[in-house]
Amino acid sequence: MRDPREETIPNANGSGFNRRDFLRGSGAAVAVTALATSDQGATAQDAKKANVASAKAQDVTLNVNGKEHKLSLEPRVTLLDTLRDDLNLTGCKDVCDTTNCGACTVLIDGKPTYACSRLAHECVGKKVTTIESLAANDPVVAGFVKHDAQQCGFCTPGFVMATKAFCDKNPGATLAQVRAGLGGNICRCGTYVGITACAMELVTKKGGK
Amino acid sequence: MATELKVAWGPRKDNVYLGKEITRLDGVEKASGAAKYAADANPKGCLYAKVLSFKGGAGKVKSLNLDDALKVPGVKAVHAFVKEGDELQWDGALVAAVAAERQEQAEDGVRAIKFTFDTMEHFVDEDDLKGAEAAKRTKDLGNNTKGDVEAALKSAAVVHKGQYGIATISHMCLETHGSCTRWEEGKLIVNHSTQNVSGTPANFVSELQKQHNISVDAADVTVLCQFVGGGFGSKFAADDWGVAAAKMSKETGRPVRLMLDRATELKIAGTRPSGFAEVTIAADKDGKIVAWDSHHWGTNGGMKGGTINLAQFPYVFDFDNRNRKATGLVTNAGPDRAWRAPPHPQLCALTDTAIDDIAAKLGKSAVDVFLANIDKTPEKLQATYVAEIKRAAELIGWSKKWHPHGKGGDGDVKRGLGMAIHTWGGRAHAGTCTVRINPDGSVESLSGTQDIGTGTRTAIAMVLAETFGITLDAVKVRYGSSVYPRSGPSGGSTTIGGVTGPNRRAAIAALGKLFDVVAEKHKVDGNNLTTKGGKIWNGDKEVCTWKAACGLLGMMGIETTGEGPKDDGLTSEQVGGVQMADVSVDTKTGIVRINQFVAVQDCGLIVDLLTAKSQVYGGLIMGIAYSLTEEQILDNKTGRYINADLENYKLPRIGDIGELIVEMYQPDSEYERGVIGLGEPPVIACGAAISNAVANATGVRVPTIPLTPKRVLDALKAAKA
Repeated sequence: MRDPREETIPNANGSGFNRRDFLRGSGAAVAVTALATSDQGATAQDAKKANVASAKAQDVTLNVNGKEHKLSLEPRVTLLDTLRDDLNLTGCKDVCDTTNCGACTVLIDGKPTYACSRLAHECVGKKVTTIESLAANDPVVAGFVKHDAQQCGFCTPGFVMATKAFCDKNPGATLAQVRAGLGGNICRCGTYVGITACAMELVTKKGGK
Repeated sequence: MATELKVAWGPRKDNVYLGKEITRLDGVEKASGAAKYAADANPKGCLYAKVLSFKGGAGKVKSLNLDDALKVPGVKAVHAFVKEGDELQWDGALVAAVAAERQEQAEDGVRAIKFTFDTMEHFVDEDDLKGAEAAKRTKDLGNNTKGDVEAALKSAAVVHKGQYGIATISHMCLETHGSCTRWEEGKLIVNHSTQNVSGTPANFVSELQKQHNISVDAADVTVLCQFVGGGFGSKFAADDWGVAAAKMSKETGRPVRLMLDRATELKIAGTRPSGFAEVTIAADKDGKIVAWDSHHWGTNGGMKGGTINLAQFPYVFDFDNRNRKATGLVTNAGPDRAWRAPPHPQLCALTDTAIDDIAAKLGKSAVDVFLANIDKTPEKLQATYVAEIKRAAELIGWSKKWHPHGKGGDGDVKRGLGMAIHTWGGRAHAGTCTVRINPDGSVESLSGTQDIGTGTRTAIAMVLAETFGITLDAVKVRYGSSVYPRSGPSGGSTTIGGVTGPNRRAAIAALGKLFDVVAEKHKVDGNNLTTKGGKIWNGDKEVCTWKAACGLLGMMGIETTGEGPKDDGLTSEQVGGVQMADVSVDTKTGIVRINQFVAVQDCGLIVDLLTAKSQVYGGLIMGIAYSLTEEQILDNKTGRYINADLENYKLPRIGDIGELIVEMYQPDSEYERGVIGLGEPPVIACGAAISNAVANATGVRVPTIPLTPKRVLDALKAAKA
C-alpha cells in the first residue's frame, strides 16, 4: 500500500533507493537484516558483504492456521501480500505498509506481528496465525461485538488479533497496561472506547482465551 | 374494507427495539475478518494496479513514456492519466498506472516509467494571507454587514481582538480509495469502496465515455459495496483511478484491482479546507455579545481558491451587529472533499474560541456567556442548548472545577475547562426501498444504500422487526448493490432518516396488506389488528402467529415500496449539541492531554442507542485528532506533502484520548421529532472546546488548531515576550 516511488529521493527524475529494490537485489538472507535494523541506509553496505541469494521466485512452504501452503514467491514478497493475494486471507488489512498502524496484525509463533514487516520467506518453519483461524464464538470477537468496538471495521481484525495476544498474555492487566499494550494499532473511526471496555472485561476474566 | 394503518412511529414505551442498545448485525463478520471490502476483492485472474503520482508542488509534463513499464515481467496494462504539456497542480497528482500479475511487479512497472517535467511556480502556505496577496493567489469571496458594528463597538463594555485558525487535514480512510473492476459479457462489475452505491454507476458511465470513449449502458454497470473502510465524505465518485481500472480491465479482459497507495491517498483523495480568521468581538458587561467583525481566509486546495462559507459565519450565533469578509487562497494542494460536517468544525473553531476569549476578558465563565447569548441561536434549538449546557456542566463538574483563564495551577502542568456548541441538519436523503413479507414469515429489505460503519444495516433490521413485531433474525437486510432500489449517498448524516423512513413506510403498507388477509380469514376488522411478539393481535386477543398469518399469503407473499423523505413525522432535521473538555497542559513540553471530554447530544428519535453512542465517541476521538495532532503539512519550498504516511500524520492511539463521557439527550420531546442524522454533529465542537480548555488552563490562546506541542510552546513564549 505504499507509493513505490515515494521513498526514492524526492526528485522523480533522480535515482533513489528503496526497500523493495534493495530486497530484490539482495535476496532474503539480507532482507532479514534489513528488517531487523529497519535502517535501509546502514544495511546497504551489509548487503554487499552478505551471501546474496537469487531474487527470482523460489518455492516456499508456509504454515498458516495449521495448514501447509506451497507457494512460489520472490524473496521480496511480504507476508502481508502473500496472505492477502496468494492465500486470500484478507482479514489482515494493507493500510500503511510501514509498520505503524497494526491493521495487518497476525501471530507468528504466538507473538503479535505486523505482517507488513515480515517477508514470506522469513516465515518458513514458523506458525502463522491469522484472524481467520478464530472460532465463530471467539471471546475477543464476541467482546468486540458486545462493546460495539468497531465502526467501518477496517482496523478491527488487526485490533482483535492484538487484543487477543495481549489479553492471553496479561490476565489482570490494569487500564494503563491495556492502553499501552494496544497502542500499536490505529483506528480512524474512533472505536477506542469500545475496544478498551472489551479488553478490560477480558483481562479481568481470564485473558483472551 | 381495506386496512388503513397510520404512518407514524409507535408510542415510545411500547418499543421492543427502537431506542434500545442493539449490537450491530454484521459485527461478527467484521471482527472476525470475514467481511470483504473492495480492497479485499481478489477474483480469479485479478491484476493488481499501482499508480505513479507526481512528486512536486507544480509541474508541466515534458515527457511520459510507458513502454519500458510494459516490458517489465508480469505487467499487463499501463495507463497514462496525463500527456505531454499537461499541468500537474499539486503533489500526488496522478501521472500513470500499471497493472500486473503481482503487486511487486506493478511497483516495478511504476518505477520503469520514464517521466520528466518542468517545474512550475507553486504556492502552498495556507495561512499566509499577505504572501498569497503578494503572489496574486487570493480570491475575494465577499463581505456583508448587518446592524451597525462601529456604533456597537463604541458602546461595548469590552472589546477583544483575536486570531484563530484551523489547519487542513486529510480524510485518511484506512481503506484507501479504489476499486476492483471486471467486465463480464460487456457488463461492468465494480467492487467499489464507496459511500454512494446507487449513484456511482452513472458516474462510471459518463467518465468512461468522456475519458476513454468507452460506451456502456448504466443498466450494465453494477456497483457493489458491502463494507467500506472509512469514507468520512470523500468516497462519492467513480474517481479517475476507478475509471482507469475499468479501462485497463477492458483492455486485458482481466479483473483489475486498483487501490491508491497511502501517500497518494492522503495527497489527492480528499482534505478538509483550512480556515483562519481575525476577529473583533465585543460584549456588554453581562456578557451579551453586541458586535462581531471578522475577516477569514483559508484554502480548499485544488487551485480552487475557496474557503469556508461566508454566510455561515459566525457559527450558530447570529449577532445583531456584524461585519464579515472572506478571502480564498489558491493553493497547489490536493482538492478538498466533504469532510464530516463540512465546514462546521472550522466555523466552530473560529467562532466559539472568540466567544470564549471575550468571556475571559470579562472574567466570566464561558458557560455563563454562552447561556447569555443563547437567544442569538436558532429559536428551535434554544431550549435544547440550555438543557444540554446544564447537563454537560454537571457531568464535567464545571462549577467546581472552573477558574478564570490562566489560573490553572502553580506547577508546570496547568489544568483548564472549555466548551463549545454546534448544530447540524441531518435531514433524510431521498431514497427508496422494497420490503417483502415472504410466505414462510421471513422478511426482507432491499435498497441500494451502504453501511459506512454507522450501523445502517442494523437500523433497517430494527425498524422492520419493530414494525412487524418479529425478532431481528427473521429480517434479512440486503444493501450494497446498485441493482437494488435506489437509495441516497451516505453523507451529511442523511442516511439514518433516508433508510428508516422508507423502510417504515413500506413495512406499514405491507402490514396493512397482511392484515387484510388475516381479517378476511379470521373475520375480524383489520384496523383493529396489531402485531407483537411474533403474533397478530385483535385488541388483547391473539388471532394467530406471525408465521401462520404469512402462510395465508400464497406463493408470492407481499412486496411493497417505500419512499422518502416525506412530511409524515417519521424524520425531521436540525440538532444541537454541547461539548466540554477538561485538559492538562504541560507548559514545559507543550503537550496537551485530555482528562475528560463530555458530549451531550440530541438527535431526535434514537434508533439504536448503542451505535448512536458509538457515533458520538467516534466524533470525539476524531475531534481530539484534529484538535491536538492531525494536519496536512505542505513544505513551502518543495510544495510536497511531507507527512503523507501513518507515521508522521499523527492520529491518537488508544491511550491518547482520556476519559470520554457521552450522554444522549433524549426527553420524549426528542422522540416526537422523529429520526434525525447523527454522524456529523459530534465531531464539530471538539476543536473549539479543547482550544478553549487550553486557553483556560494557561491564560494564553494558541491560535491555530491542532494544538501541537510546538504551537503551544510558541504561544506561551509569545505571551511572555
